[in-house]
Amino acid sequence: MTKPEATEDRNQTGRNPMQTLRSISDEQRSRLSEAWVGFATTVRREIHRVLRIWPQTLLPPVITTCLYFIIFGPVLGDRIGQMQGYTYLQYVTPGLIMMAVLTNSYQNVVSSFFGAKFQHHIEEVLVSPMSSQSILLGYAVGGVFRGLVIGAVVGLVALLFADLPVVHPVLTIAVAVLTSVAFSFGGFINAMVARNFDDISIVPTFVLTPLTMLGGVFYSVTLLAEPWQTLSYANPILYMVNAFRYGILGRSDMPIAVAFGVLTLFIVGFYMAAMWMLRRGIGIRS
Amino acid sequence: MSISTSPALRLRGLHKTYANGVQALKGIDLEVNRGEFFGLLGPNGAGKSTIIGIVTSLINRSGGSIEVFGINTDEDLEGAKRLIGVVPQEININQFEQPLRIVAQQAGYYGIPWREARERAGECLRWMGLWDKRTAMSRTLSGGMKRRLMIARALVHGPRLLILDEPTAGVDIEIRRATWSLLEEINDAGTTIILTTHYLEEAEALCKKIAIIDNGRIVKDTDTRSLLRQLVTETFVLDPMQPLERAPTLPGFATRLREDGSIEVDIEKGVGLNELFHALDDAHIQISSMRNKANRLEELFLRLVDESKGRAASAPEPNEVTP
Repeated sequence: MTKPEATEDRNQTGRNPMQTLRSISDEQRSRLSEAWVGFATTVRREIHRVLRIWPQTLLPPVITTCLYFIIFGPVLGDRIGQMQGYTYLQYVTPGLIMMAVLTNSYQNVVSSFFGAKFQHHIEEVLVSPMSSQSILLGYAVGGVFRGLVIGAVVGLVALLFADLPVVHPVLTIAVAVLTSVAFSFGGFINAMVARNFDDISIVPTFVLTPLTMLGGVFYSVTLLAEPWQTLSYANPILYMVNAFRYGILGRSDMPIAVAFGVLTLFIVGFYMAAMWMLRRGIGIRS
Repeated sequence: MSISTSPALRLRGLHKTYANGVQALKGIDLEVNRGEFFGLLGPNGAGKSTIIGIVTSLINRSGGSIEVFGINTDEDLEGAKRLIGVVPQEININQFEQPLRIVAQQAGYYGIPWREARERAGECLRWMGLWDKRTAMSRTLSGGMKRRLMIARALVHGPRLLILDEPTAGVDIEIRRATWSLLEEINDAGTTIILTTHYLEEAEALCKKIAIIDNGRIVKDTDTRSLLRQLVTETFVLDPMQPLERAPTLPGFATRLREDGSIEVDIEKGVGLNELFHALDDAHIQISSMRNKANRLEELFLRLVDESKGRAASAPEPNEVTP
């Protein structure tokens, strides 16, 4: 059998990279530095993805939230009257921002990771020496980025419709970040177990949206009769929305420490579950 | 064991039973030496891709051990992965990403900083003839370009062991030959290559050593030359200058006439072609061209797989190893 000829468009440099590229096994990089670079690469990729497809990732939630502002401001807000000393639009705005933050953090990770699974290019990451931690945190930061960017844009748009005093700015930012972290981890878990596109829409449609709508975005939980008020306290989103509202308006239906406790619990729980699944290869390894 | 003396890959008692109960691997022992061009052959469902999946950690094994250049994957999986590059059978690139980013990101996953990653990616893409397409969407690339992109991606971190799972499946002959040339160059530079393929002429042309796997077991593991020596007979097709009306009688050779007037001649092991041509001369038959009826390795492969199936049918199934 004769040795085959190369096609004419190859060897544009005339160099075989295997003769010039040093193997990474010959280089003295610490595992920690490699893990950091792997993590940073994943973050870079995820942020690039969000920005590249901005008409899908950034624009729709901003438009949707603007519609909420129009409806709950000039159209309905004045007729509803005041809520806990604020106009109705002022009252619902923190919840609307938080709704945008958490749903977009969740959806960014679930769609990105499931997309990678669906196209099988998740294998690029799985065959590499990247640790499970770097993978999870890299995706999560992508989700946090999208959630916070949308939260910021929605917040700026909200200023066109309502005055937002932002009573506790640091706490406001902390709640937004922690919430987006929690829901990014949640999205990651959803993407790992998802087998088809239906599976990635079930949780947002049947769990996330109802919990958000019933999570005190549009009303104070104190207005509810029993047992609905007590039942509402089982809704974790209620704590996040109220903590965020406390940061912006200085009003909350529950103690802030409890809200932070719930947030921390969810972050730790989702993180541990996601790490366990990733190490076991659930949904990604046969 | 030292990385400089240990084999590139050592598999011991590799077992895999899938969740549906299918036993894909039933105790694979395999050793691939450093610098070797190794072929892993087998029919569909034999377990080739499962072996590759396990070695690259895309599939969880049920039992056995893996060493990559002496690094046991149970002790240092990340260390072993650093030494491996893999080109899977299916196209698995991000269709919505640019080639330069795909390759540079892969370098990043191996811990190579972004600036250097882009330089390496550029070098690999140039070598693969994809530099002009570096900013095109991957989905717009042709099938052959996507294959080359996957090879560039696998090479960007300078792996010592390159594993290719049917890299030329479904591509045209020109791309297949170009890929062969590429792989030979990579191997010449010192990279150990493991190749699975359905194309037996590919294995014969490229691989110095071959293992044949069937039904989850290695049925033959030897160097290509030794394997081919096991051929008992080889059949050639001869095209005579003048079409023949009946098969000629050639002493010492079995002949058959084909419909197009050419003849098939069986040559037993140890008999030289000169003797055949002497016999043809004596019969006053002028030959214009000759070729193998089938790929030599193909004949042997079919025989070995048939034998393996015969053994499997007659032997009781061994007990499954507990994961």
